[in-house]
Amino acid sequence: MINLVLKRLALAIPSLIGVVIITFLLTRALPGDPAAYFAGPAATAEAVQQVRVKLGLDKPLIVQFARYVVDLAHGNLGNSLTSGQPVVADIKSRLPASAELTLVGLILSVLIAVPLGILAATRPGSFVDHLCRIVTTAGVSLPVFFTGLILVYVFYYLLGWAPAPLGRLDIFFTPPPQITGFYLIDSLIAGKMDLFRAALAQLVLPALTLGIFSLAPIARMTRASMLAVLSSEFVRTARASGLTPFTVIVTYAFRNAMLPVVTTLGMVFSFLLGANVLVEKVFAWPGIGSYAVEALIASDFAPVQGFVLTMAVLYVAINLLIDILYGVIDPRMRVEA
Amino acid sequence: MTIVEQTEAGSEAGAGGLAATAVVADPAAKKASGLAATIQHGRYIVAENPVTGLAFGLFVLIVLAALVGPYVVPYDPLASDTVAALKPPSLHHWFGTDQLGRDIFSRVVVATRLDFIIAVASVALVFLMGGLAGIAAGFFGGWTDRIVGRIADTIMAFPLFVLAMGIVAALGNTVQNIIIATAIVNFPLYARVARAEANVRREAGFVQAARLSGNGDVRLLLTQILPNIIPIMVVQMSLTMGYAILNAAGLSFIGLGVRPPSPEWGIMVAEGSTFMVSGEWWIAFFPGLALMIAVFCFNLLGDGLRDIVDPQRRT
Repeated sequence: MINLVLKRLALAIPSLIGVVIITFLLTRALPGDPAAYFAGPAATAEAVQQVRVKLGLDKPLIVQFARYVVDLAHGNLGNSLTSGQPVVADIKSRLPASAELTLVGLILSVLIAVPLGILAATRPGSFVDHLCRIVTTAGVSLPVFFTGLILVYVFYYLLGWAPAPLGRLDIFFTPPPQITGFYLIDSLIAGKMDLFRAALAQLVLPALTLGIFSLAPIARMTRASMLAVLSSEFVRTARASGLTPFTVIVTYAFRNAMLPVVTTLGMVFSFLLGANVLVEKVFAWPGIGSYAVEALIASDFAPVQGFVLTMAVLYVAINLLIDILYGVIDPRMRVEA
Repeated sequence: MTIVEQTEAGSEAGAGGLAATAVVADPAAKKASGLAATIQHGRYIVAENPVTGLAFGLFVLIVLAALVGPYVVPYDPLASDTVAALKPPSLHHWFGTDQLGRDIFSRVVVATRLDFIIAVASVALVFLMGGLAGIAAGFFGGWTDRIVGRIADTIMAFPLFVLAMGIVAALGNTVQNIIIATAIVNFPLYARVARAEANVRREAGFVQAARLSGNGDVRLLLTQILPNIIPIMVVQMSLTMGYAILNAAGLSFIGLGVRPPSPEWGIMVAEGSTFMVSGEWWIAFFPGLALMIAVFCFNLLGDGLRDIVDPQRRT
């Protein structure tokens, strides 16, 4: 098992190197002269030159890259021009908001999609199967920001069930003392039920939006993989031996059908991390996605670069985790490693 | 529905006619009978799955809107009329008007062209880049394969939409760069499909025969491998077209690429989003709906095309 983990870790290293190179190249492709940009519009040619030397922009590309890597190793991603803060500090304070939203969204969609896929696979051609097909086809066609806006209109404007889509917490509440950074967990630790309820109310709609978005690939994969497993011989044997349908489906079939579903989660995460940006904009969610969007509009490049890097590193880490999980679920993978 | 019915009737007649010829002049009409079989298979699929027919009808409608939309809309999509601002849908303004009194129906129809161009251009670009790189990787193997594989892996290491954001931010905030970014994030998909298909055919009999007749590698690639891969790649194109539109609309929703006041579905939804909380739903709803229908249509069409080209992969 440890062998497997080490092997997967080694495989993640080239990806990380690629990620660092690409984010570096993205900065260098930036149109215009960064030195002139940092020196300000009123700067003389001499001042621009000084800034250029100070930033190391007069050095060859390789030297600049080495500098960039050294900075990264020290956890230095530069400063945001708009907030004046180091990008690392900004991202650290905003990451929990995004993580909470994404995780709750993913959990919601797994809770709906997996049972839906199983039911559709066990009753092909039935009402549930058609429902599953409609959900998977419609789900991939829905622009995530559009779903979010429709939910806001229905549940906030028409029905009044949801609070205004303005961030993580109503302005009348003060955030709980930060322990995990997840408001839901922190408010429970602090023992404030009203705070927990307020945070949950704000979270429901954006998480639902993300959930609807990631429903389709998970349900589709669950259905396909369950169908394949259900027609295999060991399931037939289990049925012939007179086991209850529940035992056959859950204990025998589902455990084997889980593997492709877990693999799909990697792809789902790629979509979720991107969709997160759009959902955060719709719901004014103070996560790293909306941070990046604000920076993009202000042409403040350091935060955008930090954001792309953070997301990519997160994504590589998640894929690593999924690979390891794969080994935990399927003992055969351990032998192969 | 009339378009669909007509197409169905037309293909039926065509298939019948071709089949008849095939029976009469058998050896000479090998090709025609192949075509007839394809049409028959297509007919079977449309009959089995009328949704594909519907998707085709929608596709024709979208292409029409992109071609003649700007000439037939009732209002100028850029003309503001402050007296008629924020009016709900009515007989005069079918989809209502926005905060500047612009007619949303006209804007939605006119926007079709820009969105369609972005999608088609980015898909064509990635078809060229990814397709050629993938074919070369599958055909030559070795270093070419390793380099293309590494590039694809590196792109795949990013969440795709996030990478597209970074690329547009770095290259500059223009429509052209949205097309490039969308093409780049789709590169691994195309490269992999093309590589797998080229790899299977590398040692095929007809390729060996062509090689023994003295054809060079490049010629083999272009005349033997490429034509055989095109059907699969076309399916791939129509499957990713929906994603390309969504990606571009998402980028313009967060303020990248398309600048106001040009009509584009993503930016129109963004403009309408602030009015959603105060009840003016139509500003964001109709462009969003158009976007949804377009993506839906491309996805269904892609599935339908795949059923025709590659019946084994039906799900």
